[in-house]
Amino acid sequence: MSVLEIKNLQKTFGTLTVLKDISMTVERGEVVSIIGPSGSGKSTLLRCATLLERIDHGGLRYSNVQVAEDDKTGKCVYLPNNQLRKVKSMFGLVFQNFNLFPHYSILKNIIDAPICVQKRPKEEVVAEAMKLLDKMGLESKADAYPYQLSGGQQQRVSIARALINNPDILFFDEPTSALDPELTSEILKVIRELAMEHMTMVIVTHEIEFARKVSDRVVFMADGVIVEEGPADEVILHPKQQRTQMFLSKIIAER
Amino acid sequence: MEMLPPLAKGLVTSINIFLLTLLCACPLGMVIAFGRMNRHLVINGPIRLFISVMRGTPLMLQLLVVYFGPYYIFRVSLAGYPPFLAVIIAFSINYAVYFAEIYRAGIQSIPVGQYEAATVLGYSKLQTFFKIILPQVIKRILPPMTNETITLVKDTSLAQVIAVAEMFTIAKRLANAQSSVLALAVAGLFYYIFNFIVAMVMEKCEKCLDYYR
Repeated sequence: MSVLEIKNLQKTFGTLTVLKDISMTVERGEVVSIIGPSGSGKSTLLRCATLLERIDHGGLRYSNVQVAEDDKTGKCVYLPNNQLRKVKSMFGLVFQNFNLFPHYSILKNIIDAPICVQKRPKEEVVAEAMKLLDKMGLESKADAYPYQLSGGQQQRVSIARALINNPDILFFDEPTSALDPELTSEILKVIRELAMEHMTMVIVTHEIEFARKVSDRVVFMADGVIVEEGPADEVILHPKQQRTQMFLSKIIAER
Repeated sequence: MEMLPPLAKGLVTSINIFLLTLLCACPLGMVIAFGRMNRHLVINGPIRLFISVMRGTPLMLQLLVVYFGPYYIFRVSLAGYPPFLAVIIAFSINYAVYFAEIYRAGIQSIPVGQYEAATVLGYSKLQTFFKIILPQVIKRILPPMTNETITLVKDTSLAQVIAVAEMFTIAKRLANAQSSVLALAVAGLFYYIFNFIVAMVMEKCEKCLDYYR
């Protein structure tokens, strides 16, 4: 069974339809990159999948949990709130701006939600968090505060925070856009390592070359629709649609 | 020297006004702030008007309205309505309005990403507010709150207009009786020491929250 299934998703802000009939599935162990121009709706799609935005129509399913679907009258119905909280432990989201909690230490940033929300035993969570910090090369920073870390380090902490509940799938919303070029590579390295461990990931990114190398599949979005999708090399090196060609040639020309 | 005992007694009254007002105005301000930030006009409309009136008229006038209003406006005579109670009511409401605007500024200055991160991690709305947002708000609003608190210490002297025997009322009485401004000068010194302590405590609080940025 696929980890994530989005079916005929529609999202409107006021009179502006941002996502028009998007369908997409992500299989276990798959790495999918979503690329496209600004305003194409790729971030909104991620926000809908991570329940930060409510979809207007369509279906959203994580593994065997149908999170939202249209009822007979065509109205989109979500699971009740207490069940949605459980769903939230099935995925993790890494933000562009990290969004660490500044008043919590690095360790507390990672362990607080599992302990207070998922009610997991503290010792187990702390041990796991330390393992994750070790993996991110940040074991010495457990007691530091976010402001004491570089952008790249903060982003690695936020990846650890997203991984602590052993999610089935990890979302990245432009994870390197707020970083200096030299710090970008350390994040890309972490993502590449996760890919080698067969972590299921959906990455919204502007790093086309990285998307090609790390992902199994690339989805190109423009104006709220999926224009083209397929194996990474195929979409990026040999795009079939004119809209995709235009976008990619513009990006390559800028280099 | 014989002026010190009455002045000290007045000071105790001033401190009582100060503490009771803080105790009532701090939570009441939170209620007003949330009313002001409510997205429904039927709620935020009246609150806005209320804030505008309370900030736009003198506290001394509000004090008179709260004390004499029941009788002169509604013709209700409240037997034994103590002026001290009127002071606490008027001060609490007035300061709550100022606090509310400080809270609102603090709450709205927290980046939306903090709410989003909390939501994604599964925190409930209450957990998000009390665990993630409020601690950061408190750190940000401490300097303007210090300002207001210091102003409150000095404003306690307004209670004289409805004859509450706080320090300023007594100092004025003593000055008149002795034909000397000495009592007023001593009262002034007391106000300064009072505020010096308030500022020191608030600075200590700020220091306590210095461990993060």
